[in-house]
Amino acid sequence: MQFDVIFEPATLKLFWQGILVSLKLLVISVSIGALLSIPLAVLRVSRNKWLSTPVWLYTYVMRGTPMLIQVYLIYYGVAQLDIVQANWDTVALFKPFKDALFCCVLAFTLNTCAYTTEMLAGAIRDTNHGEVEAAKAMGMSKWQVMRRIVLPSALRRTLPSYSNEVIMMLHGTSLASTVPALMDITGAARSVYSDYYLPFEAFITAGAIYLVLTFTLVGLFKLAERRWLAYLQPRKA
Amino acid sequence: MEEYVLNILKGSVLTLEVALGSLLVAVVLGLLGATAKLSQNKLLNWLAGIYSTVIRGIPDLVLMLLIFYGGQILLNLLLESVGYTEYVEINPFVAGVLTIGFIYGAYMTETFRGAIMAIPKGQMEAGLAFGMSNTRVFFRITVPQMIRLALPSFTNNWLVLIKATALVSILGLPDMTMLAKQAASAARGITPMAPMLFFLFTGAIYLAFTTISLVVLKQLDKKYSMGVRRGEF
Repeated sequence: MQFDVIFEPATLKLFWQGILVSLKLLVISVSIGALLSIPLAVLRVSRNKWLSTPVWLYTYVMRGTPMLIQVYLIYYGVAQLDIVQANWDTVALFKPFKDALFCCVLAFTLNTCAYTTEMLAGAIRDTNHGEVEAAKAMGMSKWQVMRRIVLPSALRRTLPSYSNEVIMMLHGTSLASTVPALMDITGAARSVYSDYYLPFEAFITAGAIYLVLTFTLVGLFKLAERRWLAYLQPRKA
Repeated sequence: MEEYVLNILKGSVLTLEVALGSLLVAVVLGLLGATAKLSQNKLLNWLAGIYSTVIRGIPDLVLMLLIFYGGQILLNLLLESVGYTEYVEINPFVAGVLTIGFIYGAYMTETFRGAIMAIPKGQMEAGLAFGMSNTRVFFRITVPQMIRLALPSFTNNWLVLIKATALVSILGLPDMTMLAKQAASAARGITPMAPMLFFLFTGAIYLAFTTISLVVLKQLDKKYSMGVRRGEF
């Protein structure tokens, strides 16, 4: 084992920049995905088939195909189209596709948004019937019931499964290393591997970084649950 | 264009083979892991705990690269130390199956552990009281009931696993994803739409696989839940 290669300043810098890229990808895609999932989940549970079916189709397709294919589809499929490449300096809609980071974020966001929508929709459906009834009896409109009663509680109850989703996405960001222009944690490890031919040192370092990040996320979500889900915790003696 | 499409279809067979092979490895490791986690032996508990925590905390891709490239070197070092000097290359199919199986074994460990814990203890004790051996109790009493309890999360794991097989393309195994990528770059000259179409096509095949899996596993669930009353609201 030659871990001293890992602790050379140049390698450390490579990994540090990788961590920044991975976290950037994670934070952007998870937060946009979460924001979009709220209206989509409301549509998903709607009784109107015209509203719920398109959302169902979207989540079904995104959850039924590998994220690697989704990344490839956007990076090698859409961004390499001649119409997009010829016009990305003039047409505002095509411009972001120039950036590999954007292509990855788009794929990751669409993916995590689908999973989050289904989780949130499940939590909305599981809302206690009595709560909705009580709100209606108070004279609240449908929209008010959703905004004041159903969503606040559904968002809280999604927290435990949402923490899993965020961790899955942290691991999913490793797919960014399959796009040539991006250097995330895995990308840094792959470049160290190919420069020094040291697979153990390179990938064990990457794995350790991911483990630390995973445990940090688990800890943060535990704190969040203590704050927002305190009323559902088992009573302590 | 047709030949590329046919090629991708052929690759889908390899994808299925990798998926089913890894599932087998994962189920065996999952059963071993769950038994180890539930056993009285402190060392086994600890080992299984490390296995399921560490593996689930690291991305599949990193583990695959580590096991695939690292395993190659480790194997050759081992062979060298026993005096075998020729360079041995691991078959990428075997490496892929073992790696994915090893990773998803950790998820299966948790699935099976939860299912075993949900079976009333009296059932196993009754089996032992009848004079059955531990193994016989496991296969006659525990496993048949465990299947029903493990199925929902087993279904999830399988769906994630079949999608994770796309990663073996990065290790150089010519599965559906790798063939699609190759076809995409080869056919780009013919029509700029080609890459997009190939990836959409490949995505559709994965979608077909997951859809069929869902239908089949739902039937299995029906079969194994026969006579079970669920809570009604």
